[in-house]
Amino acid sequence: MSALLASFKTAFEALPTALVEAHGHGDARRGAMSAVLADGLPGHRSESWKYTSLRALSARSVVPANSVAVDVDAALLADIPSPRMVFVNSRFDSALSKIDVLPAGIEVQALSQALAGDDARASFVLGRRFERNDEVFARLNAALAGDGALVRVAADTVIVEPLHLVFIGVPAAADLGLHLRHLIELRDNAALTVVEHHLSSGSQRHLHNHLCHVHLKPGAILRHARLQDEDAGASLITRTDAVLASNTHYRRVDVELGAALSRHELNVSLQGEGARLYSGGALLADGRRHVDTRLGIEHVARDTSCELVWRGLANERGRAVFHGGILIKAGADGSAAMLSNKNLLLSDTAEIDTQPVLEIHADEVQAAHGATVGRLDESVLFYLRSRGIPAELARALLIGAFLREPLALLDDSVVADALAARLSLRLGQTGVSG
Amino acid sequence: MLKIENLHVRVAGKDILKGLSLEVKAGEVHAIMGPNGAGKSTLGNVLAGREGYEVVEGSVSFEDKDLLAFEPEQRAAEGVFLAFQYPVEIPGVNNTYFLRAALNAQRKYRGETELDSMAFLKRVREKLSVLHLKDELLHRAVNEGFSGGEKKRNEIFQLALLEPKLAILDETDSGLDIDALKAVADSVNLMRSPDRAFLVITHYQRLLDYIKPDVVHVLADGRIVESGGPELALQLEEHGYAWVKDRIAPASA
Repeated sequence: MSALLASFKTAFEALPTALVEAHGHGDARRGAMSAVLADGLPGHRSESWKYTSLRALSARSVVPANSVAVDVDAALLADIPSPRMVFVNSRFDSALSKIDVLPAGIEVQALSQALAGDDARASFVLGRRFERNDEVFARLNAALAGDGALVRVAADTVIVEPLHLVFIGVPAAADLGLHLRHLIELRDNAALTVVEHHLSSGSQRHLHNHLCHVHLKPGAILRHARLQDEDAGASLITRTDAVLASNTHYRRVDVELGAALSRHELNVSLQGEGARLYSGGALLADGRRHVDTRLGIEHVARDTSCELVWRGLANERGRAVFHGGILIKAGADGSAAMLSNKNLLLSDTAEIDTQPVLEIHADEVQAAHGATVGRLDESVLFYLRSRGIPAELARALLIGAFLREPLALLDDSVVADALAARLSLRLGQTGVSG
Repeated sequence: MLKIENLHVRVAGKDILKGLSLEVKAGEVHAIMGPNGAGKSTLGNVLAGREGYEVVEGSVSFEDKDLLAFEPEQRAAEGVFLAFQYPVEIPGVNNTYFLRAALNAQRKYRGETELDSMAFLKRVREKLSVLHLKDELLHRAVNEGFSGGEKKRNEIFQLALLEPKLAILDETDSGLDIDALKAVADSVNLMRSPDRAFLVITHYQRLLDYIKPDVVHVLADGRIVESGGPELALQLEEHGYAWVKDRIAPASA
């Protein structure tokens, strides 16, 4: 058994019985843990982990977060307005959170609070089983997660102010293994904007494992932005499973700026007629960072659509991996799928792996996908320089414009501008150049 | 202001300019005419500093400085402007932002104070009104979705805003209808001054009906083969470039 799995086994054995058994999920947790131990970590032969090696990670040990209060750099939260839920080293921090005053129709609760209560409906997602042996982190999450964000919006309720979910990693005596499980549920015709922030208060090499469930009932509209600006030493495994009922809109943008390793699986099932997904992201893989995004989009119902706009950049010894999987099932007639993945490869030692995979089993489908890997356009650079803009600034301008493109999918200029500002700041900090 | 001596330029292993000499004084408008493939655009590009243009011999001085030693952005800040034959589209880079970045980068290079957004916009509006361009242009990405004519007018707008000492117009007239051509020519004429020189590169004589040159040069096979007054352009129009070839053939034989 790898050191990593051994350390998770130890962590599982140390979980309080009350947590394991809460809401009758004891068997599910034990089952998930034993499945992890039986199947082990996926290696390079596993199709879904072919381009992201877990070897380095598997040799490490992590421990669970303890309950000792930790200090958080206040500046991290200065620009994040209420309502917000703040989690520090995976634990809900009620003092830093601001959810006392919420608009009518939205319910927000920490998973830890729900588990401590007696309303089993609050944590129904915990009963879900993960059958595939490459779903190791979802299983680990199912076994070990004790906290997370539970968000519900009532039918016909439009929440105007964005809800911010803030996850802060803080250095600890040992590297931590942190598991969070989230549920965002919008009832019929509800609308909400969620902004996730993954930040770090100091250098840390924790392993962050997020599993987020998104349930959109008919007519619901969710805008979901995720800013991943983790510490350069951190490892982040994120999985989002979204289920879209009829006439829903899921607008989602992921901006990946930090972490040593960031792997995101975004699975969206378009199950109701007229469901629409708009998903995009910017993957910044510089330094020695490894950024991997894996889309699993499934058109189940008729007249569903997805528009996917992803941009990647690899520089120095960074590696950006993108898998755009779209499956149009039999019966999903009249569906439309558009995938665009463009990448900038800015050094000879960087790597980009992009793989659009489109599988169609329905009729009258419109599908288009394109993936490119290239360098900055020299003729455009020359144009900018011929107007007096120094080469370095010209490159930064072009890179910024390239990576910002997906942000428009959010259809929310305030949130998009805030993400763009973080992106610019990050590009300025590292002086990304070609 | 600009002095080119015996310039030899190679592009992709091929000799394009083969001993071009030219002197342009402040306040003058020079037209460079010539058949396709003569090296007209190469001249504009090599002056602006585009990569891939190898100077194998000769010199270019601009205000007594070695122009060829400068990076493209330095040449711009020194006062050289190239209006592109094919302006590129830059999706995602806002036109206003781009113009301000360009202007302020040049000002910084010259040791001038940078313009704040208020002062910058004031200047932009002045230039826009002179050119009869719409504000809307400013909110779009650089040249993105612009028609051919809009792109060319945007070049001239940049020229007006950046106020270079030497403006090189590389076939700015190509692809313009007569109204757009007049508008571009009007703008250029407004900018003529004793301190500013223009190098107008064109294949056709018609632009020179509206921008009256002081000197017309004929560029053929990488060299200036004939120079004269505005009447030279008319002769070319009448006889075609074959006429020039005939005239130079005996001399080079």
